[in-house]
Amino acid sequence: MKYLLNVKNLNSEFVREIQAESKTRILHCYQCGKCSAGCPIANEMEYKPNQIIRMIQLGMEESVLKANTMWLCASCITCTVRCPREIDIAEIMDVLRRYAFKRGIFPAAVADIPVFNRIFLRNIKLFGRLYELGLIGFFNLLTGNPFKDVLLGPKMFFKGKINLIPERIKNASEIKDIFKRSAEIEHSD
Amino acid sequence: MKYAYYPGCSLHSTSREYDMSAKEVSTRLGIELIEAPDWVCCGATPAHVTMHVLSQALPVKSLINAKQTGADTMAVCCAACFSRLKIANYHVLNDPGKKAKINRAVGAEYNGEVAVKHLLEILAKDFGLENLKGKMTAKLDGLKVACYYGCLLVRPRKIMQFDDEENPTIMDAVVETTGAKTVDWPGKVECCGASFSITKTGVVLRLCRDILQLASDAGAECIAVACPLCQSNLDLRQPEVNKKYDKKFDMPVLYFTQILGLAMGIDWKKLGLDKHIVSPLKFLKGKNIIK
Repeated sequence: MKYLLNVKNLNSEFVREIQAESKTRILHCYQCGKCSAGCPIANEMEYKPNQIIRMIQLGMEESVLKANTMWLCASCITCTVRCPREIDIAEIMDVLRRYAFKRGIFPAAVADIPVFNRIFLRNIKLFGRLYELGLIGFFNLLTGNPFKDVLLGPKMFFKGKINLIPERIKNASEIKDIFKRSAEIEHSD
Repeated sequence: MKYAYYPGCSLHSTSREYDMSAKEVSTRLGIELIEAPDWVCCGATPAHVTMHVLSQALPVKSLINAKQTGADTMAVCCAACFSRLKIANYHVLNDPGKKAKINRAVGAEYNGEVAVKHLLEILAKDFGLENLKGKMTAKLDGLKVACYYGCLLVRPRKIMQFDDEENPTIMDAVVETTGAKTVDWPGKVECCGASFSITKTGVVLRLCRDILQLASDAGAECIAVACPLCQSNLDLRQPEVNKKYDKKFDMPVLYFTQILGLAMGIDWKKLGLDKHIVSPLKFLKGKNIIK
């Protein structure tokens, strides 16, 4: 399928939604490529950040959401601060991930990243603080690498850098409520 | 000088030495850090890539708790927590629509009344570089340091209001009060891969190799950091970097607070200098900085 930049496809529902949610002017991108030049992970991405922006302009929703690009974004914000058109590319990557999260779309090749995020957040919901040993253990089990980084564990433990027992805040139930209300607000939007 | 203090999860586990050295140095300088009661994890990257309201509500909950300390400013050491707290404050102060949603999620009224400052800003601006210089009793003359800022302290400047985005100098100025010399190098604001340490370790190893190489090529003997994620990646993963890329890096990665502590004559054990994976002890002994 050929894509041509014209008034019709520059006005897709997809571009309007991502533009509204990110509060950034995606249509202003003129493809200078500075975002991709400065991106530390562009090398590993299927489409570079500037290509993703063009694909959003063209309304290529499916291809954008299937790509590994947004999941490999490290949120370093280099792209955003160097954009001569003041487009917040890092925020667009966040919006795309949240858009995919809401719809349950995770490309298989990078599915471990949303899995990690989910375990991390469940940790916070339970304890109010991050329980690193639990996070890493669960993640390794769920992604089928039970022995990943296993040699680092004892080193960290003997240096007093790993908590065996999670640190809990006193009013952890308040945090559960914050999660619940946040989810309600997100879904009503 | 009194501040609410937000240690964040890392400073209570994998980067305990940052917490220890920050408190030691602050006590010496008469800066009172009062831990915000029942502070909550900032949500870090997993929150802001998953649920927008939640990613703002978690930091705001801690900011509300910080009010109980009576201080109007919260001191933060971790660059990632600093970023999430500053961004939450920015939205509360500048976007009434977002503020209403955040307050509804938190179940309280917050109007951005607690300012957020990184410890580097507190030392350089509130305490003052000249005053800081006066506290350095054991000068570190001859030590060559690469100050590594990473991403989240400086970017985006519109919100962080911290320092120049491409060439920040605040950590260099603070470290130079010890008599150490900071090197001019191109890796200051490169990314270490941060949260991909667990999920995409290969990416982190590549990025850390570049940072270690750039610092080493610039003649640095150690790297100074102000972020527990930068420190973990560069220190903990350094043996793997050496193995994967056939390198022989033996580069100590120290928190700026540990460097300040050494120059104030604080015992190295109190600064947690025995907690690094790449041990700095032999190097510091060789330089006659510790005995």
